[in-house]
Amino acid sequence: MTKEQRLKKRYRAEKRFKMYGLISVSLAVIFVLILVQNIFSKGSSAFSRTMIEVEVNYDSSLLELDSPINQNSLKDADFYDLAVESLLKIYPAKDSKEERQILRLFSPDFEFEIKDFLIKNPNKIDQVVPVKITASDDIDQLNKGNFPRDLPEDRRRVSNYQLNIYDNLIEKEKINKKFNNYLFTKGDSRDPELAGIGGSLMGSFFTIIICLVLSFPIAIMASIYLEEFAPKNKITDFIEININNLAAVPSIVYGLLGLGILLSVMEFPRSTPLVAGITLSLMTLPRIIIPCRASLKAVPPSIREAALSVGASKFQTVFHHVVPLAMPGTLSGTIIGLAQALGETAPLILIGMVAFVVDIPSSPVDPSASLPVQVYLWSEQAERGFVEKTSATIMMLLGFLIVMNFIAVYLRQKFEKKWN
Amino acid sequence: MKIIKNIIAVIAILSFASYAQARDQIKIVGSSTVYPYATVVAEKFGKQGSFKTPVIESTGTGGGMKLFCAGIGVNHPDITNASRAIKSKEKALCEKNGVKDIIEVVVGNDGITFSHSVKSPDANFTKEQLWRALAAKVDVNGKLVENPYKKWSDIDASLPSKKIEILIAPPTSGTRDAWNSLVMNKGCSKAAKSLFGDKAKKECAKMREDGYAVEAGENDTLIVQKLAANPDAYGFFGYSYYLANKDKIKAAAINGVKPSLEGIQDYSYPIARPLFFYAKKAHVGVVPGLKEFLDAFTSKKAMGSRGYLTDIGLVPLASDKYKVTRTAAKDLVTIALK
Repeated sequence: MTKEQRLKKRYRAEKRFKMYGLISVSLAVIFVLILVQNIFSKGSSAFSRTMIEVEVNYDSSLLELDSPINQNSLKDADFYDLAVESLLKIYPAKDSKEERQILRLFSPDFEFEIKDFLIKNPNKIDQVVPVKITASDDIDQLNKGNFPRDLPEDRRRVSNYQLNIYDNLIEKEKINKKFNNYLFTKGDSRDPELAGIGGSLMGSFFTIIICLVLSFPIAIMASIYLEEFAPKNKITDFIEININNLAAVPSIVYGLLGLGILLSVMEFPRSTPLVAGITLSLMTLPRIIIPCRASLKAVPPSIREAALSVGASKFQTVFHHVVPLAMPGTLSGTIIGLAQALGETAPLILIGMVAFVVDIPSSPVDPSASLPVQVYLWSEQAERGFVEKTSATIMMLLGFLIVMNFIAVYLRQKFEKKWN
Repeated sequence: MKIIKNIIAVIAILSFASYAQARDQIKIVGSSTVYPYATVVAEKFGKQGSFKTPVIESTGTGGGMKLFCAGIGVNHPDITNASRAIKSKEKALCEKNGVKDIIEVVVGNDGITFSHSVKSPDANFTKEQLWRALAAKVDVNGKLVENPYKKWSDIDASLPSKKIEILIAPPTSGTRDAWNSLVMNKGCSKAAKSLFGDKAKKECAKMREDGYAVEAGENDTLIVQKLAANPDAYGFFGYSYYLANKDKIKAAAINGVKPSLEGIQDYSYPIARPLFFYAKKAHVGVVPGLKEFLDAFTSKKAMGSRGYLTDIGLVPLASDKYKVTRTAAKDLVTIALK
């Protein structure tokens, strides 16, 4: 081989390598795009809710109200009869079977929605007013085009009779969509049109706060001590190896630890953010300690030497000079650690967080679910309406993770000093 | 540093203070098959406003029994759901831990549907054909051999000439337990049973691991999606999943019978099973609302033949059986542990 041929060969190898790199990067991008596209196309419809407009006759004689009529007497009243009376008027029904089918066009909460409207507008009593009522998930999915309608009746969720009513209502422009605030304000429900992530969002929030409060100070103290004060000997080497090992332990093992110690021995309440926070902080501790130590190590020795040379004590040197300089790296390490904890499901299964919780938790000791657990729970439901809910929750979770990671990157880039 | 100390102290006090208190919320664990029904009852129960909504964990039947039988007191669940009756081993565990008075409530019936995509033609199988398609070892010409069937038509010439492909539930699931006892053991041929001898029950239920039966995980919705995408595949799950997805999947007939409410209720559909829950009598009066919850679950409005649970696929009990279960829940009738 001549010199030129060898040169060409070496260049070819370089080109090939570049090609491989490009292919693998574009493969990764394509997979991410497919994933995101899949989630968004399924989930975006969850942000709207189908409403049916009904003329409601607020006939006070049907309510058995205690006089005087005020907010409290309205709150205690039973609106079921009044609600059914008005709903059945939207279309003629010839028997009780058809009446039942009409009621099933609406979400089972219709009586409460009709009641809430009157409580908000008490002057509408004894009047006929149009009220928008949430449609049932079958109508919702039909309206969003997720149910095919050109199938034989026995393979459809909606009967021919219900389909007639639906078409009739569409013609009269009584069916419309609005922004789905229930998705954010309500807790879990077995009716997809009423289910929301309010409860699991609070659960995740409490969990992350407890995880932060417990793991952040401990991790910082541990890393400062190990990096700045501890003597370098076999014991500290051993501890360091173990911290690195712990960071690689599968998260479910921490769940077992939480189950065995927090729930069985210490008898903490099951399914609560308190237990989840403690368990996840055990998991995040080593994952925070490692970047903390790295950022302390990155502070150049000249800073320490300068402080010591003007007579600062070791303690002053570390806390007045080294730690503030290492803070950006420490904070971004913590945030990334917490972001991992936010997306964790496996350890929560063992401590009972995979639960149906309707009431929105108001403290860390109330039973609760968390966002990733909500994804898991809804993905198992039979009802079609939960498919879009699942994807919407994944979108929210991804959103939080992206925001947290963005903050971490921002902190590091904005405040980190370059030593050169 | 002081702030952090204070926060930790507050959390510690908060947590200790509240878990020392009595619980004011019913806790339920157990089967993922009963979960959809129990959650609906719990949600309606909470909406009535007198009590908090019960918290329901989906742990699987076996896991639920373990938690349920761990003891009496507010740290242990009040109710466990089960897609099969309590086993004698579990009864012994309960008794050992002081859980002596257990109320058994039969919730209703469920039919396991053997389903496939709407794109493939209607199918009909006998239990023996299903067993032959799934078993690890079958009898051929009087000898036990590793399952040789690759196509349905290898089992019986009347079946389609399609590759056998069945999505199965994992061994931890209650649905798999029920499938084993109702299909694998009942469908096991006489010749195979006598060849297996003493171990027949276990050996008949053993499923093949050569790629024709694919374990698809506990997630039934996922199995439905896979069936819809692949016209050659079959899978089995609870009746409610079939009802919710009728536009994508069809149920195959078993011994010529297709699953229906009536067929599952009178057990003329051959793979129907009862669903249960178990409650602790000792917790009635301690955990507020437990007695009322039992009442609400077994009321005609919920479990009756026109109850709201039938809308999501629970098959109601026949009226004589309903009376028994209603009395058990109303009068807190306990079952014998031995």
